[in-house]
This record gives sequence, C-alpha cells and structure tokens, in this order.
Amino acid sequence: MVRPFRNVNLLCGGILVLVIVAAALLSLVYTPYDPNRMNLSEQFLSPQSSHLLGTDQYGRDILSRLIKGAVNSLVVGWVAVGIGMGFGVLLGSFAAYWRGWRDEGIMRLVDVFYGFPAVLSAMLLTSILGPGIINSMLAIGIFYIPIFARLTRGASLSVWERDYVISARAIGQRHRAIIWHTILPNILSPLIVQATVQLAIAILAEAALSYLGLGTQPPHASWGRMLNEAQTFMEISPGLAIFPGLAIAVAVLGFNLLGDGLRDLLDPRLTRGRR
Amino acid sequence: MFVFLCKRILILIATLLLVSGAIFIVLHVIPGDPAQLILGIQETPETLHELRHKLGLDLPLPVQYVKWIGELIRGDLGRSITYDVPIASLILSRLQVTIPLAILSLLFAVIFSIPLGVYAARHRNRVGDYGVMIFSQLGLAIPAFWAGILLILLFAVELRWFSAGGFKLWADTPWGAFKSLLLPALSLGLIRAAVLARLTRSCMLEVLGEDYIRTARSKGLTEQAVVYKHAFRNALIPVVTIVGLQMGELLAGAIVIENVFNLPGLGRLIFLAIGQRDLPVIQGVSLLIAFLIVVVNFSVDIVYGIVDPRIRAETVRS
Repeated sequence: MVRPFRNVNLLCGGILVLVIVAAALLSLVYTPYDPNRMNLSEQFLSPQSSHLLGTDQYGRDILSRLIKGAVNSLVVGWVAVGIGMGFGVLLGSFAAYWRGWRDEGIMRLVDVFYGFPAVLSAMLLTSILGPGIINSMLAIGIFYIPIFARLTRGASLSVWERDYVISARAIGQRHRAIIWHTILPNILSPLIVQATVQLAIAILAEAALSYLGLGTQPPHASWGRMLNEAQTFMEISPGLAIFPGLAIAVAVLGFNLLGDGLRDLLDPRLTRGRR
Repeated sequence: MFVFLCKRILILIATLLLVSGAIFIVLHVIPGDPAQLILGIQETPETLHELRHKLGLDLPLPVQYVKWIGELIRGDLGRSITYDVPIASLILSRLQVTIPLAILSLLFAVIFSIPLGVYAARHRNRVGDYGVMIFSQLGLAIPAFWAGILLILLFAVELRWFSAGGFKLWADTPWGAFKSLLLPALSLGLIRAAVLARLTRSCMLEVLGEDYIRTARSKGLTEQAVVYKHAFRNALIPVVTIVGLQMGELLAGAIVIENVFNLPGLGRLIFLAIGQRDLPVIQGVSLLIAFLIVVVNFSVDIVYGIVDPRIRAETVRS
C-alpha cells in the first residue's frame, strides 16, 4: 500500500477538496458580504482590501458569491453521485446475482445509456422538467446510474466466485445478507474511487448547465452562471471571467487528484497497471 | 468475420431502437403534456386541442412511437414549430458548423496530444514527463467553455486577432468561416488533448515494456526505429479507439462551446429550441446526436474487430 503522505495525488487532492469543502461550510455561517445584495454604486470594482476579488455588474462581492457557489457545486455533485450510486449499485448487484436473461436485459439497457454525455442528457431532461438546481441534480444523477451499475456488476461477479462467498452460501446464509454484508464491502474501494471521479464530472456538468441557464437560477450564486454573466462584461472587467473558472478548475482538479490518490491507496494493482 | 459483423449490426439496430424509445419516453411521458409545455401561457382549450392534433399527441403512445419511427426511416424528422421548416433541412444547415468544428477540434487534440504523450513516455519520471502529466491534469479540470472564454479574452478582447463570436458562411468567405471556428475548436481540442496525451503516454509505456521491444533493442535497432516503428504503431491502436469513443464528449462539448462563441450549429439549435419549447426540434436533434454517438461506437467496434482478431472471436463466442 502506498503510504498516504507519500501519495502526492492524495495529499494535493485532499488539500484542494478540503479548501473547497471548508469554504462551502464557512459560507453557511459567514460570507464577507451578502452574496446576492446589489450595490450599484460599487459596480465593477477591481480587487481591493474591501472586496478582495472585486465586484460584479450589480456591485455584488465576487468572493462572497464564489464561496456561496461552492455549496451549490458540492451539493449538486454529491446528490447526483448519490442518485447514480444508489440505483446503479442496486441494479449492478442484482444483475450479478441473477445472471441469465435478467442480467443480460439490465446490462443491455445500461449499455444504451452508458457513454451518453451527461450535459446533453441533462439538457434534454431539464428542457422538460424545467431549469433549476434540483432538476439538474436529478438529470446528472440519472445518467450516472449506468456507470455505477456496470462497475458494481463487474466487481460483484468476481466476488461471487470467491471461496468465502461460496462458504457463506454453503452454510445457508441468505443471499440478500451475502450481498449486503459480503459482496458490497468487498467492492467498496472501486466504488469510492469512481464516486470521487464522477463528483468532479458532476461539478463540470453543473457548471456547464448553469452557464447555459439551465441549472441554478439567478440571483443564486453558481460558478457556471457567474461565467455566463461575466462574458457580457469581459471588456470592462476581465476578472469576472477568471475567478469563477478558477474555482471550477480547483474543485475539479481536487476531486480528480483525490480519485487518483484513493485508487493508488486502495488498489495498488491498478497503479502498477497504469504506471 | 461475417458472424461478428452480423452480431454487431443486430446489436446496433437494437441499441438504436432503445435510444429512440428512451428519447421518445423522456419527451412524451414525463411529466404530462408536451403541447401544454409548448403553448405555455398562450394555452386555451382550443389551441391545446389543435396543437395536440397537429403533433399527433391525441393518438395512443405506442401508435405515436411507431408513426414517428416510420417517419424517421423515411428521413422525415417532422417540422419545427418555431421556424415552420422541415427539421431535417434545419439540421443539415447547422451541420456545416458542427461537423467542421468537431473535426477541427479532434485534429487539434491529436496534433497536441500524441507527440506530448510519446515524449512523456520516452522521458518517464523526468521533468518533461511531469510537465505533460500536469498539463493533462489541468486539461481535465478546466471546463472547455471556460477555456473558450479565456481564449476570447486573450485573442479577441486583448489582441483583437479574432472576433469574439459569430460565424461567417462557408459560401461567402471560406477563410472567414474557418477563422471563426479556430478558437472554439482550439478550446475544445486542448481539453481533449489532455485526456489523449495521458492515454498515449500510458499506452506507450505499456508497449515499451513488452518483450518484442526488448528483442528489437537487442537486435541493435536504433532508439528511433524501436520507438516509432515498433512501439508507436502498437500503442496507437487503443488511442485511436478512444479518439473514436470520445465523439460523444466532443459533441456535448460542442453544444456548450457553440453557445460561448455564438455559432449557429446543432448545439445552438437545440439550446434555442429548449428556450422556444420547440419539442420536435429538441427530439430530432437529440436523436441525431445520440445516433451519431451510437454509430461512431459501432464503427470503432468494427475497426477494432478487424485490427484485433481476439475481440472478433470473443463477440462470436458470447
């Protein structure tokens, strides 16, 4: 096993994620200014001591909006991954348990949606359900189900063949108990790694949806939405277009590195394979 | 080979039917009435009834689906409610933006990523390798639309070399049309390049560790010949596959990028259609994009089957 502090990816990713999570938690109790409060006498201020990252076209404090935006991104990411993982693990576990035509049926259905871009699917769903943060979480989450279903099925199949599972079956343990107590704990590592990576992708997808106006709705702060608004005023205030993008990049980089680091930590065989 | 091909074609047809069914269900079943959605505040019982009849929504769902599939097979995607023109012609006119954009960004991705990946693999664990890995991590983290905004900021706002958006028609000025696609393609391509550089590096490392490379080296071949003649060609097979499979991501990226640069492509069409509640257009464009992804995946499967007989044998056995 790679030791946690020698694992550069885990360390850097962990620190970045910690910063984002801390900012999000902090925003629940404190932000330098009210992120939605407009002050037209302070439009387009450049970074200065009173507004560390400056203000936007409505005179709103950019730092406060960025910090508030972190909550948004993390909540969308976690809920989307929760939906995808919850249903995906259920489907994948049963497919691996049932085998035969039911397994084949589930997996063919999963294959259809596998690889379908989350942004496109989310656009499609939000076009019907209407724009908004809840619908974008739902839309991204639904299209994560196939990813987790395939991963769970693949990992479960090999665990079902292990001696300790065969022993558990031989002593008459109920199959549901075997799935819950034996199979799932043994496939947890790849699931955690995948969840971390999908979280990063969900943050990107949410930012894209909000940029297009289909995700978080104004006046609530969202990094994608901030970029959309910034584009109009880029000539006057270029900083508006830089900070929200940086925030997205830092969050995604953090979760990606954390995912890589966790993979190195939990499954060293993969690390050797990947080199 | 024949059995392999037949099996793949059957899977393709089944997948296309499932995909079309899924899109149909998403747009017709959840939640409630598309006609109501389209009409919005202009809804009266009469207009609702009229539109439901016009769209064929008063028929039972299975009948609607079969009718829709029948029209699709004849190449009829329906008419746009907003523009009142056949959707097929609307799509065709937008493809002259989206297809060159996708090809150009793929080209950028390949031109940047493959030399970088090969270089990193040859200089493993040295500064250059770390540089490529950092580039690749950053590329994975930066959203393409932000890269696009930064490129606009630099090349359009600061340097004024390009316009900040819009598209000049190919027929009017081919160079102008090409130029208006350069920045969008670059922003999409750079992000893809990050993924491909990482993949090329790991594939090259895998191949460079193989026995036949050791044999080639022990025969006294030059390093250039070993790397480019023996290793590179073999490492390229999975890379080409992934390039093909990334088509979906590329199209999704194009949807957002077209909106950043205000390009009149498929992405902009579907985005505007969502705003205008033009359901037939949303249905037609999403179906086309889904079909493109499925067909590209199918072609990659076939090419891979031709190149690697083991895959062919596996499909025939299963």
